Amino acid sequence: MSTTVTDKVPTGQLESRPVKAPSRKSKAGKTLYGGKWTYLVLIVVTVLSLFPLVWTAIAASRNNERLAQTPPPFWFGGNLFRNLEIAWTDANMGTALLNTTIVATIASAGTVFISTLAGFAFAKLRFRWKNFLLFFVIATMMVPPQLSVVPLYMLIAELSWTDQLQAVIFPFFVCAFGVFFMRQYLVQALPNELVEAARVDGASSWRVLWHVVFPAARPAMAVLGMLTFVQAWNDFFWPIIALTQNGSPTVQVALTGLGRGYIPDQSVIMAGALLGTLPLLIAFVVFGKQIVGGIMQGAVKG
Amino acid sequence: MANQYRTTAAPQGEGAAAPRVPKAPPQEPGAKELKARAWRSRRYRWDMKYSPYAFLAPFFLFFLAFGLFPLLYTGWASLHRVSLTDPNNMEWIGFKNFTRLLGDEFFWNALKNTVTIGLLSTVPQLVMALGIAHLLNYKLRGSWFFRVAVLTPYATSVAAATLVFVLLFGRDYGMINWGLGLVGIDNIDWKNGTFTSQLAVSTIVIWRWTGYNALIYLAAMQSIPNDLYESAALDGASRWQQFWHVTLPSLRPTILFTCVVSTIGATQLFGEPLLFNDGASPTGGPDHQFQTLGLYLYEQGWVNLHLGRASAIAWAMFLILLVIAAVNWLLARRLRKNEGRA
Repeated sequence: MSTTVTDKVPTGQLESRPVKAPSRKSKAGKTLYGGKWTYLVLIVVTVLSLFPLVWTAIAASRNNERLAQTPPPFWFGGNLFRNLEIAWTDANMGTALLNTTIVATIASAGTVFISTLAGFAFAKLRFRWKNFLLFFVIATMMVPPQLSVVPLYMLIAELSWTDQLQAVIFPFFVCAFGVFFMRQYLVQALPNELVEAARVDGASSWRVLWHVVFPAARPAMAVLGMLTFVQAWNDFFWPIIALTQNGSPTVQVALTGLGRGYIPDQSVIMAGALLGTLPLLIAFVVFGKQIVGGIMQGAVKG
Repeated sequence: MANQYRTTAAPQGEGAAAPRVPKAPPQEPGAKELKARAWRSRRYRWDMKYSPYAFLAPFFLFFLAFGLFPLLYTGWASLHRVSLTDPNNMEWIGFKNFTRLLGDEFFWNALKNTVTIGLLSTVPQLVMALGIAHLLNYKLRGSWFFRVAVLTPYATSVAAATLVFVLLFGRDYGMINWGLGLVGIDNIDWKNGTFTSQLAVSTIVIWRWTGYNALIYLAAMQSIPNDLYESAALDGASRWQQFWHVTLPSLRPTILFTCVVSTIGATQLFGEPLLFNDGASPTGGPDHQFQTLGLYLYEQGWVNLHLGRASAIAWAMFLILLVIAAVNWLLARRLRKNEGRA
């Protein structure tokens, strides 16, 4: 991670517009196509990537007896809906899914809003200590969350927020990466003249923000929103500490409860894991390209 | 929407630099009008001066409350005896928590495990990611399918992934032991061995993050200009040589970036070893054989109820990270210097 902030961010590709496939040319000027082996290896990689997920579903559709036999099952059995039902009710997965949806939605919406405001200020406005503050923001990206977990716990205990969803939502708003990401995007995507023109018209800063900055930032906001949503959905360390299995768990807390032997039936545990993963997987199927594009765009700025 | 402003802003008289304050209308303005104008311009100046801070305020407010304050307070708490049951009752004990750590075999064990699992997971992960990125960089049919497919593990949560891998790594009925049995290897007790359990935990990390890193490398590879490859090809470089002498050097900043990020991730490793253990307890196996620093922190704070000790462990982790960052930085500088000489 380079700590020098460069303004050379390739932008404009953040939209759903597919990133062009690479067209490396060989000596003869022909594009390098992948050969047989390329496909073979990539297919193996794909199978390895997807197999544990598929097998989660297979195990979730069996029962404990079948999972304690050799060889392990390779195809679906008939118990899927029974197991999903048990996981939904007994393991609190229904509540957990609802809670996680609330947390991830508010966390990503708030993060996007806060990051866009700050990113705009860093990208286009003049104020004192700008560089120092930006450096400060970037430096905090390196600090591990474990470092602040004890006081954070004391804080929410003081506020009586233990086992309440806001305990896991608010800390999420501290997203230095988001500020940096939006700043890098807006430096390029938002022409100074546009802001100036709105100013000349006598638009206040809030109007500039609403009518100029937000429309220009929309693609990056979408990407940041998706990345934050995935992160909030899968957040583990802090929810385990702040929430409990029988109070208002997120999916990850409920799954940990399952792992603690809350329910001894392996196939039900797998059904719970499946329930907790499925929403994101569906989102991945729908928004896969955008998420991939977003991660790749986010990477280039490093 | 933005266009509205552009069109209305254009005809402002003199052309070039449009005046910031609205120009005086032809007739003499009344006192009321003057007052209103002064108010407007004052408001405008305030707006210019203070609006940046207003935009920054939400982030920094949350940052102070949930970022900076906890960070500093961890340091303060680490100098006290604090119990989870009564966190407001802090007893000053100086550096005792830290000196205690130095003589604590479980701390050193956790540190050793964290380093081992960190190496076992990071090195293969990044090497494989590099290879996969190289393959994805070819022109492929269904390249988007492959890209999304390698990223799906990233969408799987630590908890869900670990619970599946616990079954896959099962001693008696696990898929992996069954597969090894086919080639004549006896069942391995993954969970109870030291090296095997660390390998299994690393496997989960590798599975979740390889695709993500591959995409980051792929993005960097695509920004390498074509003519570098063309001139290398003209010099008679084979594909392998092109990879070695063009791709890798161009990727160095990205590789450094992923190394730093993976190292940070490895230092914090928590969910995988927690759930890999029986009953999801933070001991890291009966002999603490895969207890990481993150788990040890959690065990001290939330099982043994010593928040002060947990804070001390947190600061120790931070110091280790700083050392790693410094080494990384020195290494990068060294590499750059060597490059300059060559």
